[in-house]
Order: sequence, then structure tokens, then C-alpha cells
Amino acid sequence: MNARLADKLATLMFWVGAGIVLFILFFLLIYIFLHGLNTINWHFLTSPPQTIRVGGGIGPQFFNSFYLLILTMLITAPVGLLAGIYLAEYARQGRTIEAIRLSIETLTSLPSIVVGLFGLLVFVNMTGWGYSLMSGALALSVINLPLMVRISEEAIRSVPSESREASFSLGATRWQTVWRVVLPSALPGLITGGIIAAGRVFGEAAALLYTAGMSSPNLNFSNWNITDPTSPLNPFRPAETLAVHIWKINSEGLIPDIRRVADGAAAVLVLVVLTFNISARWLGRYIYRRLTAT
Amino acid sequence: MSRKVKWLLALCCVLALTIALAGCGAPQQTGQKEDSKATELSGSITAVASTAMQPLVEEAANKFMEKNPKVQVSIQGGGSGTGLTQVSQGAANIGNSDIFAEEKEGINATQLADTKVCVVGMATVVNPGVTVDNVTKQQLIDIFTGKITNWKQFGGPDQKIVLINRAKGSGTRATFKKFALDGKEEAVGMEIDSSGQVKKIVAETPGAISYLALSYIDKSIKALKLEGVEPAGENIVNGKYPVWAYQHMYTKGEPAGLAKEFLQYMLSDEVQNTLVPEMDYIPSTKMKVERDAQGKVTQL
Amino acid sequence: MHKKYVEISGRMISFTCAALVIFLTVAIVYFISVKGFSTFIVNGVSLKEFFLGTEWWPDRPIEQGGPKVGAAPFILGSLIVSLLAVFVSTPLSIIVAVFMTEIAPGWGQRIIQPAIELLAGIPSVVYGYIGLSVLVPLIRNQIGGNGFSILAGFLVLSVMILPTIISVSTDSLRALPGQWKEAAFALGSTRWQTIRLVLIPAARSGLITGIVLGLSRAFGEALAVQMVIGNTRRIPTSILDPIITLTSAITMDMGYTITGSLWNNSLWSMAMILLLMSFFFILIIRFASKRGVVH
Repeated sequence: MNARLADKLATLMFWVGAGIVLFILFFLLIYIFLHGLNTINWHFLTSPPQTIRVGGGIGPQFFNSFYLLILTMLITAPVGLLAGIYLAEYARQGRTIEAIRLSIETLTSLPSIVVGLFGLLVFVNMTGWGYSLMSGALALSVINLPLMVRISEEAIRSVPSESREASFSLGATRWQTVWRVVLPSALPGLITGGIIAAGRVFGEAAALLYTAGMSSPNLNFSNWNITDPTSPLNPFRPAETLAVHIWKINSEGLIPDIRRVADGAAAVLVLVVLTFNISARWLGRYIYRRLTAT
Repeated sequence: MSRKVKWLLALCCVLALTIALAGCGAPQQTGQKEDSKATELSGSITAVASTAMQPLVEEAANKFMEKNPKVQVSIQGGGSGTGLTQVSQGAANIGNSDIFAEEKEGINATQLADTKVCVVGMATVVNPGVTVDNVTKQQLIDIFTGKITNWKQFGGPDQKIVLINRAKGSGTRATFKKFALDGKEEAVGMEIDSSGQVKKIVAETPGAISYLALSYIDKSIKALKLEGVEPAGENIVNGKYPVWAYQHMYTKGEPAGLAKEFLQYMLSDEVQNTLVPEMDYIPSTKMKVERDAQGKVTQL
Repeated sequence: MHKKYVEISGRMISFTCAALVIFLTVAIVYFISVKGFSTFIVNGVSLKEFFLGTEWWPDRPIEQGGPKVGAAPFILGSLIVSLLAVFVSTPLSIIVAVFMTEIAPGWGQRIIQPAIELLAGIPSVVYGYIGLSVLVPLIRNQIGGNGFSILAGFLVLSVMILPTIISVSTDSLRALPGQWKEAAFALGSTRWQTIRLVLIPAARSGLITGIVLGLSRAFGEALAVQMVIGNTRRIPTSILDPIITLTSAITMDMGYTITGSLWNNSLWSMAMILLLMSFFFILIIRFASKRGVVH
């Protein structure tokens, strides 16, 4: 009887625990959207921020966040994929592999502020780029690369070995097998993992304070000449992102409507991450169905 | 693959990366390309702003670029230390600072040329619930060194004094310490790294005392008189109220080219009479007193 | 011939990419250490003064006694806040992990799992911002103090590390062989007894890994903590006191200081401590998972 009672109480405890976590999540989401959603409109999303007056938007910051994400992904996706291929297909036990695994673990557990400082030293000062999108993208790559390697290694490993063997028996080399047989089947996993990793990159701030900088020059969105300093595409201009902007106006902001801008920016940030999460699942499932159906 | 080949490969990739990094370096500093014949300015300069000055310089840079469409003034945030470091290394054309370069450890101030753009006044601020309106310098020192810990010790309500300091590197703190506390080391209090937060906390914490640049002061907090002198524009202009600091823009060597044009623009009536007062700064062109790096004040 | 060429170059390129990870790690360790050691080598600060000293006057002129860089309050602050966060987060995380694997797998899969992923996806600045605008005023008005406190810091952190601990613990619980559970039921144990006496002890090494990963995330978190803990360099006496951590000191002071000055160098030394701590955490995890294999 006593054991029964304990069991019942324990079951209750587990439900309560799960309830608490759900409550925290819903509280966070509801709080963010309740305060932020009514701020979001086309004007807020496209107009530049104000320095001392009310009514500023987050246009350049919003653009910078996406552009920085794209630059980061351009760097980490190929490198991460290839490294994942090596680890899953070619690597055998040995000291080099051990070193690679240890490095991945180290990079994963590095605090992002430390990565930011490394970026300040190497990508900002040593290259002479100053605070720039490029420096920020490289710093984010350091954070994102270990994740991408792990995602692609896992996705590739999860492909059943029979398909590989079939390909080998037809005389294909390992490289051909990887590209023609393994990667297509690993695609859903790669895409889901990649998009979720992208969400992390999108919200990162600590690594960007001293790499991409805390200012955003006036952008001329009709100027698509990549070498021009006012062009939004120029990778060597300073670029404050949404996450950094939230931090900055909360600490040094002179605008009277800090709450409004910060609430709106936080809602946008969370909304984008949510979209990434949901679309990753959906896209992964969609591609999987396409691949298995045809 | 043999181990040797592997290591060779690793070496190659290290080399390739180094070369890549070195190769694409430094497109940032196009320097001051100035066409001396044509009247139209062109080229680009970089200014690294102290947090306090970023809004002013950004606004001014935008206006400057509107007038000279071929000019790019790139403003980078990052703090006064970063600004001074970068300008003395030649990585930026202008470095902004809210204290004299001479006061920062590790900077060779002799190679930097100073342009004093404006003056910022700082006030002692307290929570609105504190009934005290005026403090003497000695009282202020006693409060901030921890000798006086309750407001009733000089006529206020029976309430604990909550000390709120800015972070140690902040220009506001350095100025306040030098001119309001005569350089006495403050007792350990809460340290807040930004003016916005200081304002919020002072407004919401009963018995709180801190100091803020005048631009941050509004109805939510109360500014105290110091020795009966109100911290306001005219008292600073004629030197009656001592707690103020210049906002400096430093260049390496005398300003030249585009940097010079931009600094001249900062000192022009257009900026000094509109933007500067709008942000609650005092135009440096209006000042009737001058102060040097050692803190010596001379009448102009 | 062509086939062979493609095969070899493909292998080489993919190896280069994998080796890049090593290169990056070495570069980070090298640069952070070079800057971090200069406090001790260039400025001649003794290790004892830096790690155990409590006095922090990084720019005091010689006439007033010269500079002092004792980082003990920062180290202590980081340890207090992150350990408290782990103490709060661990029981809840393990409860949720067991819930997802043992109590209600269906629910767990469909609702809790995505919820955890979302929690993990919320940017740390947003956590900090909500802490600042909800938790800090709440503590100030309901409990006391001025709100910016250890309490606010570790509560924010404990939510942030929930997903880390939960997902690692869930994985390790799922990996347990099903027979163990069945054997326990066959012996007449209740579900709670099975969980408490069989499953949790068996998954111990995985749980430890999760906890250490959570600790390491809490220890290295910068902005969210910096926004809510008040940043005061003083040994705290209660959880309502403000405190300062290594990460918040770095974020606050890095921009103010001149490259190469003692103050700047000591900030780099703090970054080096963060780096050393992450190595330390990795060591613990490796040790724990080795022990786990033997059992």
C-alpha cells in the first residue's frame, strides 16, 4: 500500500514537473507576443532606428541579422558537411580522429563571449576589417561549425549501410557513393538540423558585440553594388543585429520608447526562431516523403 | 592515407587559411581620399564612438553624408577604450572618448590631437522620495565613501542610502569622482554598466543615489544641487558648477583631409546650435571656461 | 583514372574540412592564452593575487597604492550563480526527462519535446530581457532588495539550461535496455521504485553529462546574466544581493579599456579562465562517460 501511494505521488510529481516546463514556455511566449506583436508593422520592420526620438524601427538590424545568417551559413554549411562526410565515411579510429572529436567538443562548449573575444583579436584587429559583417560571420561560424559537423555526421551515419554496399558492388567509389546515394537519403536530416542551427545563429548576441559591432550605418537599399559602403550587401561594414540591438537599447538607449522597440524586436526575434523551428520539421518531413514516394 | 600525408594536408589547410586571411585584409581603410580641386568631398572615414557619444556622432554623420553624398562616415560603437586604441593604432580615423586620453592608462596621448566637440554636465541624482535638495561637496564625499549611510544624517528621511555606481571604466564615473568627490575612492556599491539602467534603478529604488549625464535626467529622478548650484547649462558654461567633462574626438596627428572636414562640421553652428543642445549637451564653442587634462580651469 | 582522382581529392578536401576544426581550436586556445597570460608575464601580477585577491582597482595610480587586480569576486560570482542554477534546474530536468520516457511517452514526444526545442531556441538576449522586465521588478516588489540579484540571475539561468539537461538526460534514459525495466516490474516493483532504483542509477553517467553541460552553459552565459545580476564587486551575504560574474565583467569593461593595459589584460585572463573551465567540464564529462561504460 505504501509503495502504491509513493508511486501515485511520484506520478503526480512527474506530471507537475512537465506542467511547470510547459507553463514556463507558454508564459514566455505569451509575454513576448502580448507585449511585442502590436508594435510590429511594416513601418517598424523597415524604418531605421532613432537615436534620441520616438518612433524608430529595426529595419537595418532585421536585415543585418538575416544577412549575417546567410554569410555564416555560406561558410559553415559546406565545411561542416564535408567534415561530417569525412568523420562518417572515411575516419577510422586514431589519434587524428580523437583530436578532431576533442576539438568539436571544445568548440561546442566554448562560451560565446570567448568566441567573440577571439573574433575581436583575429577577425577584427589582425585582419584590419574593423567591426564588420565579415568578422561577425566568421565568429558565428566558429560557434556554428561544430554543430553543423555533428548534424551532418549524424545524418550521414543514419543512412542504412545496405544502400552503400549496393552502390559499392556496382563499382562506385566511396566518394561517388557518398554524393549519389548517401547524401540524398541524408537530406531530410541535414535540412532539419541545418535550419535549427540557423535559428541559434540568428539570436546570438554575445559573440557579436565586439565583432559585428554595435552600430549600423545608414543603408541605401537601392544600392546593390557590393563594394559600396552604403550598400546593404557590403560585407565590410559594421552591422548591429536584432539581438545586439535589444541589448544595446536596454543598456545605453536614449530613445524614450525603449520598451516599445525592445518588446517589438524581441517578438520579431522569437517569431523568426519559431518559424525556423516549424519550417525545419515541415520541410524535413516533406522532403522525406518526396524521396520515399518516388 | 598515411599519417605523413595527413599532416601535410593539415599544414596546407593552415597555410591556405592564413593566406586567405592576409589576402583579403584591410579593405576597410580606404583612408581619406580627398579631391582637393573639386569642392565635392568623397571617400570614407571611420570613427569609433564611446557609448555616450554614439547618438550625437551618428546623427551628425548622417547629416554630413546628406550634404556630401560621396562621403561615407562609418560610425562604430564599442566604447572609449576601443576608440582610443584604434585611433592610435591607425585602425580608425577618429576615436571618441568621454575623458582626456591622458587619463587613460596605456595610451600615448602625445601623438593624438584633441577636438573638444561638446561638454556634458553630470548631476547627482536621487530617488524622488528623498526630500534632500542640496548637498555640499563634503556630504557627497561622505556619502560615496560610505561614511554617511542614512539620509537622516543630514536632514532627509530615515532611510538607508543605496549607492549606485557606474562601471569602473565609465567616463561618467571618472568625471564624477574627479570633480565631485575630489578624487576620493568610492565605497563599493552596486555597479551598473549603463546610464539607462542607472536611471531605471534610481527611479525605482527608495533611497538610491547615483550620478548621470544631464541628457538622461527626466521627471522619474531628482537632480541635486551641489553647494547650492543647480546642475544646468548656464552654471556649467560660466564654470560655477564643476562636474562636467568634454566629449573628445581624437585623431592621430593633426586632423587632415576628410577627418578634418568632418571635425569642422562637428564644430560648425549647424551641429553646435541644433544637434548638441537637442541631446542636452553644451556646445563647446559656447563655453566661457576651459579645462586641461590636469583639471585646471581657466577663464576664457 | 579519373574516378580515382576524384576519390582522392574528395577524401583530401573532406579531411581538410575536418582538420580545420582542430586548427580553429588550437588557434583559439593559442590566442586567448597569449593575451590571458600577459597579465602574469608582462604586468607581473602573481597567480595568487589574481585568483585569490579580492581587491579590484585596475587603474589606481601609483600614488594611491598602485593597481590591484584580484579576480576572486568574479570567479566566485560565476560559480555561485551557475551552481545555484544547476541545483534548481537538475531535479526539474530529470523529472521531465523521466516523464517523457516513462510516464507519458506519447505526450512527451508530441508536446514536451517540441516545447523543449523551442525553449532551447529562444535567444539568450530575450531571456535576459524578460528577466529584466519581469523578474527584477517582481523580486524588488515582492521579496525585497533592488531586484538585481543573485536570485534573478540564477532563475534566468536555470530556465536557460533546462533544455540542455533535459535533452541529454532523455537520450540516456531512452538508451537503457528495456529488459531491465521489465525485470524490475516482474519482481513486483512499482513504476516509481523502478525509476528510482533501476533506471536513474543506470542512466547515471548520462545524467551527469547533462548536468555538467548545463553547468558549463550557465558558467559561460554572458548577456542574460549581465542584464539581471546588478554587477557589484562584493562578496554577497544573501541571494538578494547583486553580484558580478566573469562574463559580465568582460562584456562591461572590454570596450572601456585600452588594448594592452593591465586592466585589458586582466579581462583576457578572465576569458582564459572561462576557456580553462570549459576544458575542465569536458574532462568531467569524459570521465563520467568512461565510468558509465564499465557499469
